[in-house]
Amino acid sequence: MLFFAIAVAGLFIADIAITTANPWRDLGQFFIGVATPNFFSTEGLMTALLRTVAFGFVGVTLGSLCGFLLALVYRFMPVRIFCAFIRAIHELFWALIFLQFFGFHPLTGVLAIAIPYAGIFAKVYSEILDESDPEPSRLLPPGTGAIAAFLYARIPDCWVQLRTYTAYRLECGLRSSAILGFVGLPTLGFYLESSFSQGLYSDAGAMLILFYVLIATMPLWVKPKLLPFYILAAPFFLGEGFPIVWGNVERFFTEDIVPSPLRNGEGLAGLSTWLGDLMVTEALPGIWNTIVLTQIALVATGILSLLAFPLISKHFGGPVRRTSGHVFLVIARSTPEYILAYILLQLWGPSMLPAVVALALHNGGIIGHLIGRQTNTIELRPDAPTGFTRYSWELVPRVYRSFLAFLFYRWEIIMRETAILGILGIYTLGFYVDSAIQNIQFDRAMILILITASLNIGVDILGRYIRRKLALQTMPTC
Amino acid sequence: MRDFAFDGLSASFGGQRVIGPLSLAVKQGEHVALVGKSGAGKSTLIKLLYERLTREASLVPQGLGLVNALPVFHNVFMGQLDKHPLWYNTLTLIRPFRKDRDVIRGLLDDLGIPDKQWTPAATLSGGERQRVAIARALYRQAPLLLADEPISALDGPMAHLVMQALTDRFSTSVIALHDVDMALTYCNRIVGIQDGQVALDQPASRLRTSDIMTLY
Repeated sequence: MLFFAIAVAGLFIADIAITTANPWRDLGQFFIGVATPNFFSTEGLMTALLRTVAFGFVGVTLGSLCGFLLALVYRFMPVRIFCAFIRAIHELFWALIFLQFFGFHPLTGVLAIAIPYAGIFAKVYSEILDESDPEPSRLLPPGTGAIAAFLYARIPDCWVQLRTYTAYRLECGLRSSAILGFVGLPTLGFYLESSFSQGLYSDAGAMLILFYVLIATMPLWVKPKLLPFYILAAPFFLGEGFPIVWGNVERFFTEDIVPSPLRNGEGLAGLSTWLGDLMVTEALPGIWNTIVLTQIALVATGILSLLAFPLISKHFGGPVRRTSGHVFLVIARSTPEYILAYILLQLWGPSMLPAVVALALHNGGIIGHLIGRQTNTIELRPDAPTGFTRYSWELVPRVYRSFLAFLFYRWEIIMRETAILGILGIYTLGFYVDSAIQNIQFDRAMILILITASLNIGVDILGRYIRRKLALQTMPTC
Repeated sequence: MRDFAFDGLSASFGGQRVIGPLSLAVKQGEHVALVGKSGAGKSTLIKLLYERLTREASLVPQGLGLVNALPVFHNVFMGQLDKHPLWYNTLTLIRPFRKDRDVIRGLLDDLGIPDKQWTPAATLSGGERQRVAIARALYRQAPLLLADEPISALDGPMAHLVMQALTDRFSTSVIALHDVDMALTYCNRIVGIQDGQVALDQPASRLRTSDIMTLY
């Protein structure tokens, strides 16, 4: 209830106006574009798709290797903090940072995915490893090497879970890779943005459809036997980019990110005025807007997922509705929220509304899917009520706890995304980061990114605390 | 294997003393059956002994401790992981060597499961799983066996076969058993545990089933 009240209050203070002259005509044109996809307009389309897959594969592979090594030492506090920190910074922020000194080199895209993913992999892998049965390792003859013990007694026991999770992350990686195009890397987002800015809705539609097909057919083309081939081949399809200028790298670390008062020798007094100014003019409004938008989006996500789960639940309606429900939820959850927000923003103009709708659609799609699947395992008594009574008395009470668990789990993810959506022109933290970078004030950008990271870590801790209080368990989602 | 003797063995769970303090001395060549009601402390005693004798004992715990995802071969092979270098163990995980395959097939043959060598442990029946854990203990070739109800899931003839194999191949053993006749047939010393204390300690030749039943 408290969360609901905060969200309603947020709605009043938030800026949710539709500012374009004719939003519905634009939306209509966009849907006509999707309905009449043009697959042959630019030869760049296939290259973009290939690059998207290549960046996804290289980034996730590197991330999972590093994450695995980190998982082995995850019990040490500094490692935990380090991992929490690198995963609290969104892929796009990492990309923005690396762009400043590596430029448009493939390494920028690869590291932007690999670094936050390593942090996530480390956490989840270590949780999976901790759950393996400890008994077999206790029975090994003394003198068995630690690595042999690990290979025989730990890994096989959780191999299936590790594999499932990594495959799932690969799907997330493809989505991350697609949106990296929005900051200029040669993946799908780049072509989507250029098609949109020229009003080529049919081209954009073709790209979106290809992307859905790519994600939906993953079980068909990602096979264990083919994986080594993909992983070895992927680095060769990243494209050339521009060469790294190492002088830029050095300058970035030794000059650009040093707060300007220190650089200009104004000492600590100068630093505190500078920090104060940064806090008042950029950080605080950014934090405020990020929190407001996050809370509205969180509750909207909750409402949408409660409305959406009956669409795929076997306790209602016929097969036709369920199939269309599945299609709707698949589209909602496999479109990255960033792309959704971008599209809606183009159509409705810059305000919080497109962001809220995009976040709610994507996250509501994910939670609705998970909850809907869960209701399918519930057996109702034969004389159970039907229709709305069945929904409100039989099903919702049974899934409400896990619904809350998923919602609080995604709280941190929604906040991460909210901050990032600022790059699109909504006044959240990402907006101020992006404009600081545009104005070549990397010192400001770095401070704002650090603030964003700590905000995410704070929400993550709060969300975990609430879930523990309510004794809620979930598997990680992305 | 040297003889062993422990004094003041005791264990508590949640502040509740479940065993001891008790003393137990076992000589080379003795096959000791631990008998007594469930909950008398037999499993705890086996665990205490294993903690002290890890270097020279093979253990068959009640939970068996199999790696469910690995085939039977690898579960048995884990008994000798300490005898090979890392590269050998890693290669065996991918493609076992012929000589190890032959040795382990022979063991599984003796235990009546020769065709299960490449079956994942997860898909075995209870009795088969128990024999895999026993094969692993045999394969380790330690001088002492510590076993907790190793034949609880085996039927008549198979139970006899396994008990025969265990007492033949280990020079010394301490086995918790709930089947009193089995204990009298295959062990030469019976130790009865009652409420965490030794309530009976006699050579098997001097006891009959009815003597032991007083413990239950």
